Parts: sequence; C-alpha cells; structure tokens
Amino acid sequence: MQDIPTDQLPRDASGEIRQETMIINMGPQHPSTHGVLRLLLELDGETVVTCKPIIGYLHTGIEKNTEYRTWAQGITYVTRADYLSPFFNELGYCLAVERLLGIESPPRAQVLRVMFNELNRISSHLVWLATGGLELGAVSIMLYGFREREVVLDIFEAVTGLRMNHNYIRIGGVIMDVNEEGEQKIRAFLDEMPKRIDDYETILNENPIWRERNMGVGKLSAADALALGVTGPMLRAAGVAADLRKDAPYCGYETYDFDVPVREEADAYARYVIRLAEMRESMKIVAQCLARLEEPGPVMVEDPKVAWPAKLKVMDDGIGNDPEYLRHIMEESMESLIHHFKLVTQGIEVPEGEVYQAVESPRGELGFYVVSDGGHRPYRVKIRDPSFVNLQATPKMVEGYLIADAIAAIASLDPVMGGVDR
Amino acid sequence: MPVERVEGVQLGKTPEEVEEEVRRGVLLTSLDKAVGWARKQSMWPATFGLACCAIEMMSTGAGKYDLSRWGMELFRASPRQADLMIVAGRVSQKMAPVLRRIYDQMPEPKWVISMGVCASAGGMFTNYAIVQGVDTIVPVDVYVPGCPPKPEMLMHGILTLQQKVRTEGTFK
Amino acid sequence: MSVAIELPELADRIRARCPDTLVARGEVTAIVDRDALLDTLAWLRDELDLGFLSSVTATDRPDGDPRYWVVYEMRSIEGYHRARVKVGLTDADARLPSVTPMFPTANWHERETFDFYGIVFEGHPDLTRILLPDDWEGHPLRKTEALGGVNTRYHGAFIPPVDTRTTT
Repeated sequence: MQDIPTDQLPRDASGEIRQETMIINMGPQHPSTHGVLRLLLELDGETVVTCKPIIGYLHTGIEKNTEYRTWAQGITYVTRADYLSPFFNELGYCLAVERLLGIESPPRAQVLRVMFNELNRISSHLVWLATGGLELGAVSIMLYGFREREVVLDIFEAVTGLRMNHNYIRIGGVIMDVNEEGEQKIRAFLDEMPKRIDDYETILNENPIWRERNMGVGKLSAADALALGVTGPMLRAAGVAADLRKDAPYCGYETYDFDVPVREEADAYARYVIRLAEMRESMKIVAQCLARLEEPGPVMVEDPKVAWPAKLKVMDDGIGNDPEYLRHIMEESMESLIHHFKLVTQGIEVPEGEVYQAVESPRGELGFYVVSDGGHRPYRVKIRDPSFVNLQATPKMVEGYLIADAIAAIASLDPVMGGVDR
Repeated sequence: MPVERVEGVQLGKTPEEVEEEVRRGVLLTSLDKAVGWARKQSMWPATFGLACCAIEMMSTGAGKYDLSRWGMELFRASPRQADLMIVAGRVSQKMAPVLRRIYDQMPEPKWVISMGVCASAGGMFTNYAIVQGVDTIVPVDVYVPGCPPKPEMLMHGILTLQQKVRTEGTFK
Repeated sequence: MSVAIELPELADRIRARCPDTLVARGEVTAIVDRDALLDTLAWLRDELDLGFLSSVTATDRPDGDPRYWVVYEMRSIEGYHRARVKVGLTDADARLPSVTPMFPTANWHERETFDFYGIVFEGHPDLTRILLPDDWEGHPLRKTEALGGVNTRYHGAFIPPVDTRTTT
C-alpha cells in the first residue's frame, strides 16, 4: 500500500481536501456504556460532531404492569426500575401511597427508612466509582469498590433477606425491624469505611491520569442543567445547591445533621469529588440513625386495614414467620383469618386522588406520580426517573469533544438504564 | 467383497475394520475428555449484562466471589473472542435482535447461561415488553433462577455448565 | 433570589389566573385548556418562579370525557414549591402544543408520552418512539390495550397470554 501523494487526494469545489464524517454506533452491547445504551456518533476523526443517544433497550413495561397488580405488589415492580437504588424506589412509591391514604408511618420506621436509604446511597456511589474507574482503565478501583459494596450488601441481606431489590419498605412502614446481627454489621461498616474512602482519595485525587481524564471533561453549566431538567450531583457540581433532602424534607430528614456538598467547576472531576463527599455525609446520617434506634417502637402502622397482617422476623430456623400470629388466625379467630385472607389476596384500598412525591436518589430527583381511582389496584404509576432526564444532557456534554471524553462524561453522569427505560 | 452398508447398521465388518474402529474409538474418547477438560478450563464470557443480574454478575467477577479461580474473570467485549454468553437480565423486545446477533457472531463452540428468572422465563414481567424466556431466541444450556441469583447460585450454574462441557463428547 | 410561597397563597394566586384550580393532599392542581397551556406555563415561570419542569406524563380514562389527561409537574428550584397543570384531551383530537421550546427538558418526556399514549405534540423537534422499538404498532399504556402476551405484534412473534400458558 502506497501513500497517496497530497496532490492526488480528492478535492471539493473550493479546492480543499474533501473530508467526511463517519457515523458509528456505540452499543447497545458495549463494555463502556453503562448498560444497554446506544449512542449514534458522528465522528470527525476523534472528535464527536453529533451524538444521539438511543434508549429503550431495557424497556420493561413496569408502569403498565403495576396497573394489573395490587398496591403492595407494586412495590416489587417499582423496586426494579432503578436497580442500583432499590430502597429509593420503594420509598418514593410508599410515601406517595401513604399520602393518598392520609397516614404516616411510625417514627422508628422512618428512622429505618432513612438509614437504609443512606446505606443504599453509599452502595450506589460505590458501583458508580467501580464502573467509572473500570471504564477509564483503573481496574483496581473496580475491585475495591465492589469489595466495599459486598459489606453493604451483607448488611442488607442480614436485615431484609435479599442483596438487591429488597421489597423492605412497605406501605405504612417497613416489613421487619433491624436485628442484632444487622446492627453489629452496620457499626463495623461505619468503623471501617472512612479509611477506605481515604484510600480512594489517595489513589485517585492527585493521580495525573485521573485528573487529566476528568478535569474539564463533560462540562455542563448550571443554566444548561436547569433547562434540561438535570438534578442530583450533576446539578450540584455546577454550583446549584438543590437537594430534596434539604429543600422538601421527607421522613424526618430535617432533624438530621448533614451537609450537601456543592462545587463550582461543573466537570467530571467535580462530580467525583461530590460523590465521595456524599458518601461521607451518608455515613454521618447512618450513625445518627443508629443512635435513634436505641428506643424501641413499632415499625408498621397500627391500622389493620393497611398494615401487613403478620409481624415478620427471622426465626432461629431461618424462616421468617410469626408463630404467634399463625396460631391466632388458625386457632383463635375466624375474623382474623378472613381479614388476613382478604388483605393478602385483594390488597389494601386506597382512596381516589393523585399525588406527586419526589425523593433525592443518588442520581437526582426521583419522582412518583401515583393516581388512584379508589380501588385495590393503582390506576397509574409514573416514575420520573433522574437518569432518564439526565441522559438528555449527553449531547450537550459530549459534542465537540473527543470520543474518549464522551466515555468519561457519561460515566460521570451515572445513568442506570433500568431507570431510563423502566 | 463389497458389503452393503446401511446407515447406522454395521453389516459384516472385516476384522481389520473392527480393530480400526476400536482403536479410533478409544483415541476419540480420550481426545473427547482432553478437549472437554480444556474447553471448560478456559471459558471466556462475553459481556451481556442487561439489568440487575448484571450487577450480581459483576459481583461474581469481583474480589469476594472470584470468577478468576476458573479463569473466567476476563469478560471479552468482542463476541468473536468469547465462548460463553451469560444473558444476565431482562431481555426487551428491542434488545432481542441484538441478542441474536451477538450470539451469531460468537464462533463455535459456544454455550449460553440464562441468568435470572427474567432471562429464563420472563420473570415477573409478564407483559408486552419482555421476551418471555431467552430460549425463544437462542439455545440455552443452563438456567439459573433467582431475582437476582446470588453469586453463589451463578457459580453453581457455571460449574454445572463446566460439567456438561467436560462430558459433552465432541467427536462422536 | 425568591422565597418559598406557602400553599394557601400559591393556590390563591394560581386560582386568580386559572379558575379551575383545586388543592388536595398538600398540592395545587390547575386545569387549563389546550390553548391556554403555553401562556399558563410561561406565567407560572415568570410570576411564581416555577421554572423547572419535573415531568410530563398522561393518564388514560377511557370511560371519561376528556379521555386523556396530560400532566405537567412544575417546581421552583430556589424557593421550594410545586404546582401541577393538567390538560384534558379527547380521543378524537389528541394533539397538544409542545412545550419543548420553552423547557428543553420536555423533549424526551413528550416522546415517551407519545410512545405510550399516542398523543401528538405539535412543534416537537423529533416526535418519534423512544422506549419501544421503532416499528411497534399500538400505544401500550392505553387502558384499551392488553397487558401483553397476546400477539405481541413485533416481527410476528406470538407469546400466549399468561393465563393460557399453564395446563392446570
């Protein structure tokens, strides 16, 4: 193969060497896009001219499915939407339904909800750090991130029984109280984790490769972010201190002492710093929650028309039954048996109305628009997912920059395709 | 003298032919075993993580539940270099042709593990959007149930597949 | 720098402009006509600092008139308060002006609402299907469409409905 001499290259009408852009497809099966995201890129060499994200490869029909199941079964559907932050999905849905019912969960349940939400925030940010590091080539960060995440998942498994998609937060409270084993594990985690975050900072903060690849990359100004509906760490990296836990507190967040980290540079490095700082703040909140759990109390509302009938806890044989309650319904009271039967098969009844409830998930504003027509099934459940809206900012962050920066920018966005596509 | 050979039926073999067959049979069985062992030792999975199961698959490949003990920690991004496809997560109707395409791009021999109930049978999503079982699109070797399956369950599925591969018998 | 507007005052000010306003469960909902939609949203953004559009979605009431209710959730970033704007559309005339020129975030929300319900947003830069495959027929979230498993009309595949799949 010989080089073509310059005077023989094809030229256009004005005499310039003709250049064409190349349209390539990135995804949906690709190791560096966070899940099944497809990017249609028009490239001029290594520079991205236009970028069009195409989504829908994980569309599950969750919203349609909730209309055919009871209110309590809706929790199991909704928890799998944004699968890295299942507690947040459950919390938003249950808060919305509780507002429709006009009830409030007991204080101890609220403390448990806050505690598990913050632990989930830590585990979600750990996955972001692990996969973001992996995509930029820092493979050890992936192993460290997942190592810490295993500790958090152990806590979840000890208390709720599942590592992911827990179905723990229920309408009216939570399904079971935290046990001895869970509390010990949380304390051990709180002792050990600050050192680990220090380790991450030691490895990454001053690392020239990390700085080069993240500083100045994926810039999104505050005005653009607000116009595009972006919330969460992306917005806080641009200087806007918007956090629903402070602006519109729910579950008693106004009584906890924590800060909301905000930066000004609006690039990927700022988002990295903010997420690490958020992990530390979350640990502060978990410590405060543990202190409040010293006082005993009910974890589910008392109303028999709403509360899950049995008080479940993990027994010595590993099965989560309530033998007292079983004895009561099978031997003592026929009405309780009928009531139990109706409540478990038909579900609760929620008065007519509509409600929009937003919580602050690790990615931004997670909103639930729930409509009821007075029956046993939801009429409409719409999940306003933060990743869905944040992903719209991709062309703005990526066009005009190198394709390698596109990877870093999308990693800093932290999209979870389960939430994007639902 | 020429002997009529009917498909599958051995009619009148000469003693030399019989000996040749026995020798070949023994050699091929040993070769089967060797090839089966080699294949199962060095399977490289292709990245096909879709949803929640993908996170559990990543956890299985990470430090605590280590896939590296079987040489499988290197998830190949290119299907041309992979021989195992772990379908981890719910397969939507839009993703189904992509799945088939990736499967077709993998060279023989290849195996498929269907991880999680959504990939095996549609899971809880019995609706318009999810393919009710990925075995309607690709042939599946091992089904791993769970929502999501714990890493130990996935490892059991992988070991079952390795047993199948080891005893598969390629040369019969 | 604006301050949070308390719910009673917010409801009064919105009711002065849109008479069909109701307050329930701590939220304000204003029901407007299709023609007044853009003006109302602009007024909410300019006068009451409700400049952040959280979500656009729709609900289908096949027995009701109007059939579709398109819902806009507005929020104020500086002083936290929220309001909801609803527009009713009939089945025969399910068209609506797009708010994407005013609020760029509505781009994908409106595409999703079109995808699920078939409501056309006039003036949208790129109104195509977003979550379902491009050649899908039908709008699945309408109440008149089945949950699925009946002739999923994509590439002629047929997966039987759930209740006919078991033999018992």
